[in-house]
Amino acid sequence: MIIQRPTGSEHSLDAALSIHDLTVAYHRKPVLWDVDLDVPEGSLVGIVGPNGAGKSTLIKAAMDLVPKASGRVMIYGQPYRKQRRLVGYVPQRESVDWEFPVSALDVVAMGLYGRIGWCLPVTRKYRDMALAAMERVGIADLAHRQINQLSGGQQQRVFLARALAQDARVYFMDEPFAAVDAATEKAIVQLLRELRAKGRTALVVHHDLQTVAEYFDRVILLNTRLVAHGPTTQVFTSRNLHETYGGRLNLLDEAAEAIGRQKVTA
Amino acid sequence: MNAPRFLLAAACLLLASTAHAADTAAWARVLFLHDHNTRVVVVGTSLLGLTAGVVGSFLLLRKRALLGDALAHATLPGIAAAFLLGEAIGLQGKSLPLLLTGAAVTGAIGLGAVLVIRQLTRLKEDAALGIVLSVFFGVGVALLGIVQKTPTGHAAGLESFIYGKTASMLRSDAYLIAGAAAVIAGVCGLFRKELALLCFDADFAASQGWPVRALDVLLMMLAISLTVIGLQAVGLILVIALLVIPSAAARFWTDRLGLMAATAGGLGAAAGYLGAMVSALWPKMPAGAVIVLTAAAFFMLSMLLGPARGILPRAFRRIALAHALTQARRP
Repeated sequence: MIIQRPTGSEHSLDAALSIHDLTVAYHRKPVLWDVDLDVPEGSLVGIVGPNGAGKSTLIKAAMDLVPKASGRVMIYGQPYRKQRRLVGYVPQRESVDWEFPVSALDVVAMGLYGRIGWCLPVTRKYRDMALAAMERVGIADLAHRQINQLSGGQQQRVFLARALAQDARVYFMDEPFAAVDAATEKAIVQLLRELRAKGRTALVVHHDLQTVAEYFDRVILLNTRLVAHGPTTQVFTSRNLHETYGGRLNLLDEAAEAIGRQKVTA
Repeated sequence: MNAPRFLLAAACLLLASTAHAADTAAWARVLFLHDHNTRVVVVGTSLLGLTAGVVGSFLLLRKRALLGDALAHATLPGIAAAFLLGEAIGLQGKSLPLLLTGAAVTGAIGLGAVLVIRQLTRLKEDAALGIVLSVFFGVGVALLGIVQKTPTGHAAGLESFIYGKTASMLRSDAYLIAGAAAVIAGVCGLFRKELALLCFDADFAASQGWPVRALDVLLMMLAISLTVIGLQAVGLILVIALLVIPSAAARFWTDRLGLMAATAGGLGAAAGYLGAMVSALWPKMPAGAVIVLTAAAFFMLSMLLGPARGILPRAFRRIALAHALTQARRP
């Protein structure tokens, strides 16, 4: 049976993620306005927009971390609440205190706590699983370091390994490329492609317009409201970028350059 | 942990040298816990210190340590009101379980008030803490004034809850404190993984469906329980010290949460042990102050010598590194 939605918007039922008419407001000021989109399984999606456009808020609202004023979020056709186990989260690196007294392995193991269950200890089996996740992002040798002894890029990879250990189907990543070294950037791109090859989906808040076309199949252009969403080749146009970023000159130059690069590679 | 053991020995020597010859028998009896009543009180206070270190470690890592201070001050009106209530319904006024229940109730209300003020207004947490702490304490002082006017009130000695007085502890009180401390420490141990996740990355925990709010409530309930059973030994003004100082000191010794909590527990227990002994020797000496000063001495030592982040080991590592670099540069 097909349920007619009041808005009349069409959503495919097999989408990895579908967001229905999502609105979020802080102190009565809207941060996201009526965002509506479907993300097909196995895509790498860049979320792009100026500061304050609501990029982080979009993924936080999708995971119920900030209250929604209205709207629904579905993961594989079911409400997020029922599908938490399918969702992996890589928060912004600055969101935690890296002086916290734990080792890198301890942090990665946190991705397995849901599977371990209440009050039970992290046994050898789970430590090995965490270590395997660290191996995949090339930091297994740092497992026993205290986390403040890691570089920014290594800390970022610890967060990625934690999300990998969750073995999720849909990943939300909040600026994983922010202030990381070239090796880490390469490792993240490699990892994203591995995930895609396995049919996993990743939504990534991204700042660097230069690399959008290279890293992502699809792009969400956001500035409080959804400016455009779709395959990068169709949506990542200078017109859409103008609309997303408004009249900010230096950004527009950057955007124009990015478009140029995209045309060269295409 | 050599420093705590060393300190303990030093303190014992100090005690021995200052005791008058005539008191020798007395201090020896206390020190070696000959007297059963003293033994119970000392063990109870040590367990209290141990648990305070463990709970304090989580509270510190959740960056809620000062919330503990507001809640401690908010226990005073509860103590006075519970006493008055007990009088009114004809109970023996100074029943410890009743007083501590009253303390827990207003402590929880004070904690809730901080959260409500922060949520409903745009005041920052420090303002909310300052308001709640002083207002609740003020109400408590006013109620104590009323208690003083009742026939039995003067003798009840409720003021000992403000500064702490292990000497006034009955054996049954000590059993109650020791039992409660053991339960609180046990709960901390049981939920250590969940509490660690809450303290490190609450958003990630929420994204995985862990009930972050419930875990926060659990942590606050542990803090309230610990505060309430600590009232008699250290008093409501100083109980915050027992929560913060041993855990902050422990952070200098290790980079592992489990070891930090254990070290904090050890330091807290040692401080409780010494404080209770001194108080048993000199009943006029406020135990709370002695416990806090002992803990502060541990903190100073830890800050200087703690291998993980102490000042001297860090300076030493820096010098060693510089030396190695100059060695390496030589042809």
